[in-house]
Amino acid sequence: MATPIRKSVAALGLAGAVLVLGIGGVAAAQSRDPSYAAAKAAGQVGEQTDGYLGVVGGQSPDVRAMVKDINNKRRAVYTEKAAGKSTIEEYAFATACRLILETKPGEKYQAPDGTWKTRGAGAPERDPRCP
Amino acid sequence: MQQEMFRSGWRTVCAAMLVLGTVPALGGCINVAAPDKPIVIELNINIRQEVIYRLAADAANTIEENPEIF
Repeated sequence: MATPIRKSVAALGLAGAVLVLGIGGVAAAQSRDPSYAAAKAAGQVGEQTDGYLGVVGGQSPDVRAMVKDINNKRRAVYTEKAAGKSTIEEYAFATACRLILETKPGEKYQAPDGTWKTRGAGAPERDPRCP
Repeated sequence: MQQEMFRSGWRTVCAAMLVLGTVPALGGCINVAAPDKPIVIELNINIRQEVIYRLAADAANTIEENPEIF
């Protein structure tokens, strides 16, 4: 008789541990990697129109590897968030509209014609489908 | 045994065609001509503007929730 109760208590404890670990993980993920921040500020990487990060010009293998890693993580987020709402492509595109709008002066972004632009003081050139 | 059944099936088809007024072609009853152009199924994979508008706030939240990758 006591076994199911003991089991449920153990399950509760496990759920608590998972919750604490989950919160810890979220807290640890809250900071942008310094190498990513530096590459972004230096204009070595830029925001593409498709919601993924792009390498601007010829960059080191380290920068290219970092971009690939970030894009894999972005794809995972887009896939999860798009579920039941839109296609992954559409979700990524909607995010790109916002990301390009949020670029800071000096950062790179991709214009609708595919060329890299440096964000100035004014509004960025965005796809006409962006809200 | 199987051939017998096939033959009787063939006869039934031909009989049906004769009743309907069609003449069975040589070597079989049914002639299907394949189209010379490939069959194109157009899927809507374009970016739908109304969806982009609907996702605007959602996307902004996602960026805020994942500062390490955006």
